[in-house]
Amino acid sequence: MTSLERVEARDKVTGRARYAFEYPVEGAAYLMGVQAAVGRAEIASVDHEAALALPGVLAVLSCENAPEIAEVDDPELLVFQSRKVSYRGQFVAAVVAETWETAQEAARLVRITYADERRPDVRLSADHPGLYEPEEANGGFPAVSELGDPDAAFATAAVQIDATYTTPAQHNNPMEPHATVAAWEGDDLTVYDSNQGASTVQGTLAKIFKLEPAQVRVVSPHVGGGFGSKGTPRPNVVLAAMAARAAGRPVKLAVTRQQMFATTGYRTPTIQRVRLGADADGRLTAILHEVVSQSSTLREFAEQAAVPSRVMYRASNRRTAHRLTRLDVPTPSWMRAPGETPGMFALESAMDELAYTLGVDPVELRVRNEPERDPEQDIPFSSRNLVACLRKGAEHFGWADRDPTPAIRRRGRKLVGTGVAAATYPANRMPNKATARADADGTFTIRIAAADIGTGSRTALTLVAAETLKADPAQVTVELGDSALPRASLAGGSTGTASWSTAVVRACEALLDELDGEIPPEGVEATADTAEEIKSEPEYSRHAFGAHFAEAEVDIDTGEVRIPRMFGVFAAGRIISPTTAHSQFVGGMVMGIGMALMEQSVMDAEFGDYLTHDLAQYHVPACADVADVQATWIDEEDQHLNPMGVKGIGEIGIVGAAAAVANAVHHATGVRVRDLPITPAHLLPDF
Amino acid sequence: MDSANTRGGAPPVPVSITLTVNGREHRLDIDTRASLLDVLRERLGLTGAKKGCDHGQCGACTVLLDGRRANSCLALAVANDGAEVTTVEGLAEAAGAAGEGGLSPIQEAFVERDALQCGYCTPGQLCSATGMLAEAAEGWPSFVTEDLAAEPPALDDAEIRERMSGNLCRCGAYVNIVAAVREVGA
Repeated sequence: MTSLERVEARDKVTGRARYAFEYPVEGAAYLMGVQAAVGRAEIASVDHEAALALPGVLAVLSCENAPEIAEVDDPELLVFQSRKVSYRGQFVAAVVAETWETAQEAARLVRITYADERRPDVRLSADHPGLYEPEEANGGFPAVSELGDPDAAFATAAVQIDATYTTPAQHNNPMEPHATVAAWEGDDLTVYDSNQGASTVQGTLAKIFKLEPAQVRVVSPHVGGGFGSKGTPRPNVVLAAMAARAAGRPVKLAVTRQQMFATTGYRTPTIQRVRLGADADGRLTAILHEVVSQSSTLREFAEQAAVPSRVMYRASNRRTAHRLTRLDVPTPSWMRAPGETPGMFALESAMDELAYTLGVDPVELRVRNEPERDPEQDIPFSSRNLVACLRKGAEHFGWADRDPTPAIRRRGRKLVGTGVAAATYPANRMPNKATARADADGTFTIRIAAADIGTGSRTALTLVAAETLKADPAQVTVELGDSALPRASLAGGSTGTASWSTAVVRACEALLDELDGEIPPEGVEATADTAEEIKSEPEYSRHAFGAHFAEAEVDIDTGEVRIPRMFGVFAAGRIISPTTAHSQFVGGMVMGIGMALMEQSVMDAEFGDYLTHDLAQYHVPACADVADVQATWIDEEDQHLNPMGVKGIGEIGIVGAAAAVANAVHHATGVRVRDLPITPAHLLPDF
Repeated sequence: MDSANTRGGAPPVPVSITLTVNGREHRLDIDTRASLLDVLRERLGLTGAKKGCDHGQCGACTVLLDGRRANSCLALAVANDGAEVTTVEGLAEAAGAAGEGGLSPIQEAFVERDALQCGYCTPGQLCSATGMLAEAAEGWPSFVTEDLAAEPPALDDAEIRERMSGNLCRCGAYVNIVAAVREVGA
């Protein structure tokens, strides 16, 4: 498709693009949340007096005086409805004040007395007594899946890999902290909110405050990143609406960076045992992938980390299973490619271990185990170009000359190595509505409550509409990020472009049907609803695939790991907007470098809550950490997806990236790190 | 979070200051606790400067303070009475590129190179890059400068990456940010 400059780029480089907290709402007061200082207790009392006595304080809210709200599926949203403290850092009170400075000061003055305080149970282990098998893992997948006799096949395999991989808790940390401005007019609520789906937030707020959806408007045209943490509504949006009503004033709430670590979601730590059985040629006979993760006492969330092992490789005997335990911790949630990201670190590390043990090239090993059909469901893939990605990446990266022997290459004071890993992510669609409008001046307007959280969806949908209407993109305006627009699914699970573009194409087609010669002064409008179309999808296994190639340099004295170059090749259907897609792929790979080398949330085992709760302690990649990172793609034509033939690209860039780095580190040093992140402490003792 | 810390409760202390922001002078009565960032955003409506961490760790709030890049979340407004501030809203004018659609060279390069995604770190990156290019032109070395006698130091990619590392971008747009800065710095 033709390349188009990111539609809102000029607004973003001039400061004109407005984010949630920045809407100028007349008379708005400031709201500051107060967090629980203990990990497990009952709240005996909350003393509001000292805070209320401070000049400029308008209201204090807690379980002592909070209005009752209606129950919803996510108990994290039921702010101040219970005296139970479920985890340290939970919001337990809030202060409304005339200024931000006073609100912060007053928040310190809220005195909370706890009763029945107990030491929180916060440490995940593979033998935690509370481990159980959930019915489903996130995404609606069965928790356990088994084919053949995996234990017997593994026990008798010529070559066996049996290894346990661990990944730490990780926090999404979008650059824009979660924020809400809430204003009531009678029983009508407007929120300017930072989220990944205005329609979803609208529906949740309507339920909680017992309103009709039409009484709630959620405005979110620009969102400063989310990476899953804004995919479901967070306590901030409920708190802001509740406080605005209580104070009789609009309020502004910005969750602080520190508060985000307890209140806006994170990726669960995982403990993953992978067993691979293969014949002497490296053909897999058994794949066993068993995952342990955590959730809160409030809600079950089971990260589907073993699910990618259900589609990757051929083997007649297989078991994938998830168990979890409920701890006194915040509820884990979606972080960029939940399931696939930690799961493929484990599987793709194990594949590298198998390749090394067998003396087979790791690219070749993957090619040898390529399935012709979905290996679990025994249905065809709509398209699958993993091998093409591996071949293209290998050629570009110069893989052919690679000597597989580890720890033999030196570049000055650095050991050097290269690694490869595969990537996969499902291609799903959600129902959506959209309208397309033609005006007499020759312009077109597309309306859909989609989200652009930096993904480029505004740009992609502009191109989709222009192509369908056979119009110049300059004639097309896409309006999104507002629940007043036709109802849309959220930006999550890499479903956005596939789902929204289906509705946009259908609305544009309907508009073309209605256009007959000259456009009348009042314009012509057409609407589409894709609910029926999506229900009747033929049975195919729909997934994007990819391959990462990474080079690692490891300092022989300090153990510091640097990534001088990384190359990703992806097969993700048709790429609509090359400019923004390239940024998405590379951005995912950069987050994968962070996962591999630095990202780690450390739990305070004594008191609960994450100790690493700012950006000085939770390290994300900085400019100096990212050198030559490039991405490209295979032109993939897939007739079994959606009218545009797209698979979604928001997540696959991170999947497998950490494994490619870990495999490169092994090649450089001979040290196999199975416990992320890869720090000097893992490497130095073993050089 | 520390509920035991309930001392204090001091009322605000107002003080009068003057700030010149993007060439325009403002007389303001401010709270002595207010950061320069909050005064820009909440009092002057200049929301281009972003709050990403409020602790000087992410760089989203970077502005030019008396001509040098600074984290405005770490600058108390009261300590900057009389200061001249340039925010992202004033970059084009400061570069002599104001007017309809006018962008400074670094803003234009960010658009052309798609050096942004969600856009939240972008104003800080742009102010930082503007300040950094001026530092380099004046001959300031960095941690990775090999030839300290070279004046000005050659702005290769390693130099740009090092000098731009105070500005985090969680979308991971660094490759394109470096390309944009390289183009303007050349």
